[in-house]
Amino acid sequence: MPQQTECPSCSEPMDLDDAYCGRCGAGRDGRAAPGAMPASWAAARGEAVPPQRGPVCVNCGQAQVTEDGYCEGCGSAQPRPRDHMEKALAGVAGVSDRGVRHHRNEDSFTVAATSLPGGEPVVVAVVCDGVSSSDRPDEASETAVDAASESLLTSLEAGRDPEGAMRTAIADAAKAVADLATDGAGPTRPDVNAPACTYVSAIAAGGRVTIGWVGDTRAYWIPDDRAGAEPFRLTQDDSWAARMVEAGLMGEAEAYADPRAHAITGWLGADAEEVVPHTLDFTPHVPGVLLICTDGLWNYAEAATDLAYFVRPDARTEPLLAAQTLVKFAVAAGGHDNITVAVLPIEPSAAALAEIVETPTALDLKVIRPAAAAGNDDDYEDHEPTLPDLPVIGSAAAPLPPAPAPAPAVPPAPPAPPVAPPVPPVPPQPPHPPTA
Amino acid sequence: MATLAKPNLPRFDVEIFQNEYLADGAREVNAIVTVTSTGGGTSGGRPLGLADAGPQGGDANAAVVILVDCSGSMDYPKTKINGAREATAAAIDALRDGTAFAVVAGTHEARDIYPGDGTLATASAATREQAKESLRRLTAAGGTAMGTWLAKADKLFLTRRDIAIRHAILLTDGNNEHESAEDLARTVERVTGHFTADCRGVGTDWRIDELRKISSALLGTTDIVAEPSGLAEDFRSMMTGAMGKQVADVALRIWTPANAAVKFVKQVAPAVEDLTGRRAEAGPRAGDYPTGSWGDESRDYHVCVEVPAASVGNEMLAARISLVLPPQVGGTPEVLSQGLVKAVWTDDLASSTRISPQVAHYTGQAELASSIQEGLEAHRSGDVDTATAKLGAAVRIAHATGNEGTFKLLQKVVDVVDPKEGTVRFRKNVSEADSMTLETRSTKTVRVKK
Repeated sequence: MPQQTECPSCSEPMDLDDAYCGRCGAGRDGRAAPGAMPASWAAARGEAVPPQRGPVCVNCGQAQVTEDGYCEGCGSAQPRPRDHMEKALAGVAGVSDRGVRHHRNEDSFTVAATSLPGGEPVVVAVVCDGVSSSDRPDEASETAVDAASESLLTSLEAGRDPEGAMRTAIADAAKAVADLATDGAGPTRPDVNAPACTYVSAIAAGGRVTIGWVGDTRAYWIPDDRAGAEPFRLTQDDSWAARMVEAGLMGEAEAYADPRAHAITGWLGADAEEVVPHTLDFTPHVPGVLLICTDGLWNYAEAATDLAYFVRPDARTEPLLAAQTLVKFAVAAGGHDNITVAVLPIEPSAAALAEIVETPTALDLKVIRPAAAAGNDDDYEDHEPTLPDLPVIGSAAAPLPPAPAPAPAVPPAPPAPPVAPPVPPVPPQPPHPPTA
Repeated sequence: MATLAKPNLPRFDVEIFQNEYLADGAREVNAIVTVTSTGGGTSGGRPLGLADAGPQGGDANAAVVILVDCSGSMDYPKTKINGAREATAAAIDALRDGTAFAVVAGTHEARDIYPGDGTLATASAATREQAKESLRRLTAAGGTAMGTWLAKADKLFLTRRDIAIRHAILLTDGNNEHESAEDLARTVERVTGHFTADCRGVGTDWRIDELRKISSALLGTTDIVAEPSGLAEDFRSMMTGAMGKQVADVALRIWTPANAAVKFVKQVAPAVEDLTGRRAEAGPRAGDYPTGSWGDESRDYHVCVEVPAASVGNEMLAARISLVLPPQVGGTPEVLSQGLVKAVWTDDLASSTRISPQVAHYTGQAELASSIQEGLEAHRSGDVDTATAKLGAAVRIAHATGNEGTFKLLQKVVDVVDPKEGTVRFRKNVSEADSMTLETRSTKTVRVKK
């Protein structure tokens, strides 16, 4: 049974962990919380009917909650709509949660669906993470999400290609967030701690996926058949650690262990020197889901294979449930940050399936980079899930795809510079023929 | 203005300055509350002066009683009683038409010399002249029992219960010799809340703590007028201030959640005044702290609340602060404005270790006042080392926070060697007047530099 996400009694959104509704006090089963006796019962028993009271405090459960969202008894802040948000449409779902250690949700997201001029359905999802050290990060993320989703839908409905639509959307979101700095609601100096957020979004239409990102919000590809195809990360963070690794100054483990690892080097905001949008376009050959998420999730399962472990096998058919499960996992793991994840089920298109015969890879990947970074494709590979020196178990005669196993007479060739876009390594063991 | 059936109330704005972020386990929440009242009343936001004593009259929303010390010592030197007469005359001239007023000569007993029939007169050109005429009867002979003066003022005010703004001006030159401290305290307690009072000490033979007890209880100021010649100007400005008041008996109401406690409430601007002990319970978990009468002005309060510790990620309301007017008969108190003090627990050290500039500033100003008072106290008891250290600290804070007024007063008592470090030397011949002026005005604060 899917988990209830709103109160059965008054439709107030409910947190996954809430046993009782914060607004009316009803339990998940729609019945009143213990101790709260319906007025009609009290009247029937000849007892004094308590005066009609407002919402019940989620903390102390007794006193009245005032209009400004605090308990009149214990002062606790009451859950706000943004503390936990869920959205689901056919073909896309997303969940966002405040987590445990932050007092408000500075993440924002949306999911939307529309159709291309030709009538084909298209879904989009946008996830943004407000930069905590900036002014009004919650407004920044919300503004970016609104601007980007509006821009994406407009472009796609007008028939623009997804990559172009994505670039425009990032530019529109960047401008909207930058404009917050001068709206007069913040500090007098807009250059100090201007509202800022990171960005990731995805477009899925006809089996083709286009993603775009700025900062350390991420996209992951999680195939249904985790044994037959490798889950992997699609994005490369604009972060200090990623830069160190990219520049070859540090190993991945060392870089991510550094206290500066998570310092972001790219964001949307008035104080961003230059917004360099990254986009990527690919066509999966196997069914699976695309995840886009904030670091509140991936901090607890950084590697794609680790994260895939927490993605339900039926994620493609139950995207909302999959998103809820992932958020719940991150909350249970500590919930140190706000957590947001959107899940986009992807079915390979007929064309992609046809291609599969010709190529042994699980998917086609075409990396589109900003002009400045063009011609530097190989750095992408550094962040692929690597399969270092796996011991070959079982029969050595197993057909290992591109293995230079039987040493040829010629000296081992240096690894050829990738001519084609990088290809995620295919698990050599056990050999699985790509399946449809 | 005065023709309106219902007086326009000033508008009260409450602003809260705080760092709401607390480290894990922290329990103390500090906030500076800035209350600004503007508009309404008669001044329309302009400072009130003599020119505002308009011809329309009939404005009986204010009553003033001037209490003048007429003890024998006022004759030595003669300039004191003359200065007192001139000052009272200046104050009478500053009365707005329609204001109810009386002049009381205070000795070991209280004698109302104008209008002299146990009531209050109504200010007009004619009554002002008569009142000034009667000042000749202010002659120095007798003792000093301030409690009787205050009781007399209370009795006079009670004849006009319809007047909301009631203010007394008390002038003395000596200590309360003909009445026990307990009697005075009892009288002060009895009249507290009935009217407000400003106290002035002329010369250097009066006791600061004695007058401060009266002015604190009656929500007014205490100041020194070392030279009798300065009295007239001082009385005029005090009266102008009193005439500018538009609403009386405003209280600062502080609601705190269950299991939280108000550690202290201090007015910190324009001067430090501890209100912690003045709490009157006002419903569940709420207390009222009196602030007296308000004109067009702005005051700052430092509120410190201890809340139950909560885990990181929690947010709570630590205090709800509002300005309330006392209820009309049978009505409910009118809430003029309110602000929220919050507590948010975070593991982000950058947030939790930040100190609100306002809180830091006024914590410094309060320390400045106590350093001066403790320093002068130590000096009186002959402990020069402590005195030098305390006044050195005061010099450093006054310098760092730009409190130039206090800095100048300090310079009359100590030679400042290094204001940054607070290195000072006591001056050889410090006049009693300078020392008393410094102590009396030690509570004056400056606001945060913008």
